[in-house]
Amino acid sequence: MSTVAVKPATMAQAFTRALRDAMAADPAVHVMGEDVGTLGGVFRVTDGLAEEFGEDRCTDTPLAEAGILGTAVGMAMYGLRPVVEMQFDAFAYPAFEQLISHVARTRNRTRGRMPLPITIRVPYGGGIGGVEHHSDSSEAYYMATPGLHVVTPATVADAYGLLRAAIASDDPVVVLEPKRLYWSKDSWNPEEPTPVEPIGRAVVRRPGRSATLITYGPSVPVCMEAAEAARAEGWDLEVVDLRSLVPFDDETVCASVRRTGRAVVVHESGSFGGPGGEIASRVTERCFHHLEAPVLRVAGFDVPYPPPMLERHHLPGVDRILDAVGRLQWEAES
Amino acid sequence: MTVMEQRGAYKPTPPPAWQPRTDPAPLLPDAEPYRVLGTEAAAKADPELLRTLYAQLVKGRRYNAQATALTKQGRLAVYPSTTGQEACEVAAALVLEEQDWLFPSYRDTLAVVARGVDPVEALTLLRGDWHTGYDPYEHRVAPLCTPLATQLPHAVGLAHAARLKGDDVVALAMVGDGGTSEGDFHEALNFAAVWQAPVVFLVQNNGFAISVPLAKQTAAPSLAHKAVGYGMPGRLVDGNDAAAVHEVLSDAVRHARAGGGPTLVEAITYRVDAHTNADDATRYRGDAEVETWREHDPIRLLERELTGRGLLDEAGIEAARQDAETMAAALREHMNQDPALDPMDLFTHVYAEPTPQLREQRDQLRAELEAEADTEGGTHR
Ligand SMILES: Cc1ncc(C[n+]2csc(CCOP(=O)(O)OP(=O)(O)O)c2C)c(N)n1
Repeated sequence: MSTVAVKPATMAQAFTRALRDAMAADPAVHVMGEDVGTLGGVFRVTDGLAEEFGEDRCTDTPLAEAGILGTAVGMAMYGLRPVVEMQFDAFAYPAFEQLISHVARTRNRTRGRMPLPITIRVPYGGGIGGVEHHSDSSEAYYMATPGLHVVTPATVADAYGLLRAAIASDDPVVVLEPKRLYWSKDSWNPEEPTPVEPIGRAVVRRPGRSATLITYGPSVPVCMEAAEAARAEGWDLEVVDLRSLVPFDDETVCASVRRTGRAVVVHESGSFGGPGGEIASRVTERCFHHLEAPVLRVAGFDVPYPPPMLERHHLPGVDRILDAVGRLQWEAES
Repeated sequence: MTVMEQRGAYKPTPPPAWQPRTDPAPLLPDAEPYRVLGTEAAAKADPELLRTLYAQLVKGRRYNAQATALTKQGRLAVYPSTTGQEACEVAAALVLEEQDWLFPSYRDTLAVVARGVDPVEALTLLRGDWHTGYDPYEHRVAPLCTPLATQLPHAVGLAHAARLKGDDVVALAMVGDGGTSEGDFHEALNFAAVWQAPVVFLVQNNGFAISVPLAKQTAAPSLAHKAVGYGMPGRLVDGNDAAAVHEVLSDAVRHARAGGGPTLVEAITYRVDAHTNADDATRYRGDAEVETWREHDPIRLLERELTGRGLLDEAGIEAARQDAETMAAALREHMNQDPALDPMDLFTHVYAEPTPQLREQRDQLRAELEAEADTEGGTHR
């Protein structure tokens, strides 16, 4: 074992490493998008790829999201594995027509003859003081579209593992990259990249006995912090990081809720029509007899993403989570 | 110094970085749609090609009539006819080499069939038993595309990918006049020109987008003129002149194959039938207009040329008709059989591996089907 200390990698660097390793492993992998070449992407996730693999494999496209994804469809039809970058969450919307009408359903409409192995990377979510259209959490739109896989990492290791798995998948995968965590670091060792796990498994980030926080992406660290803080109140919270929203890991989630009997879903995107409603409903259907209280949601408000100076009031923080946890003492109240 | 003096001293110069990127003149379409039949150019046309085109047009017309009849019998949910537009449909299929790709819009079933796809499989979408009946890779035909113009960027991406791999592949993508107003049309043309992708865009300007006439669709001098803004050549052609469409598309395909990049071809044609069987065309156009186009019918134009030059006689015309009848009879026979559908197919092709959620729903449907079968079998009665 080497004694030289390895510089910890950021989540953004783990994404870069995943792209580089995937491109090196398979010449069919092509990266494309706005500013991904010379600049290396506005978040530098594609840094160095054009230099290493050439502009044909890491391509600065014209500025047109529908065009980017639409041409990626044709490239995938011809056997390539395009990885497209949507520069920011809200700028992916022009590409939704291609995403929903073609990317998601071409395998189905051709009876499996024309699978489209496209990876769509979308930096998403708030908390970085972005101006309007730079902080949306659009996961509900993607989740509501059959034919897409939707994943979102919360750790540096998962950033690498999920992106590799997405590129390896023969189906289209939307990789929601929590931009708030791009600069986060943890113990992931860039010298020994994590093996690639298939998409679809949630993970218990912190075991606990008194309630489950079900969360994903940028809200995972917030929930971990809330779980620590809750110890003072005598709560031993379990934190489940979904990692994959589609497919959904009912097994891990329900096993946890059956153990704890109480659950709160936490995410940044709006509550009404948001992922939390779906998750709460699934949990209720499957764990009703184990539940001591209704499944609660702590989410962003149902407002267009607020301007930077107000976003701290919008984002679900530790206090709001703890408040919900308090409300889980259902029996005592009623 | 007065303001006037200052002005006098000012010498206007263009901004430092400005220079024209391309000479627009060679990209502009001709003033008149290109024609072959009835002109001197016809003498140079290959008689064998003209005869092939003729046979295909007659078959195509019969195919349109048969498919339209099948909607009346309830065998097809809907059929967007290309009666009057057969020259474009047939030429689009014939100019491609085996390795090339065709990207049809929802109206272009005839081009798909002319490319070699089984007529019954080409109609699955419109019949309602599945969205795409044929294997796109077998004849290199993309699925019939219902959302307008969205197949155009696919054609660009595929052609681009093929060129990156060093393969000799050209993609021909078809779109209607209405479709040229969609953003995807713009994005596809722009990508194709920037990437110099080997793509040919064929706009069938048949006068209407359902009921909306071209004048309400665009203010451009012609749709072919749009090409120059992207830096690709635009060509105008008489879309009812099969020889002309074939020649213009062949030129464009050759140009793309040689590395010259994309071309936008506008074919001036007319949709003689209504938009679909569900449409009432009398609400937006008069019989007189339709009649002028019947005069300029693609089959009639070619027939006149061929018979005038002694390349076709009554027997030849009859043979083409017979051939078309045989095709129509086979189509009728196949379409009159009820397709065998497996409801479990609903879940088979959503993902490579069904998600746990889909597996649950699959089990639910299976149980429902078993219960149904039991009830029908009388076991629970
Ligand atoms: C994106 C989209 N919008 C609307 C429609 C509904 N629609 C079907 S055909 C049609 C008109 C198309 O006109 P045009 O592009 O000229 O083609 P044509 O039908 O004349 O072949 C419309 C509006 C559609 N299929 N896709």
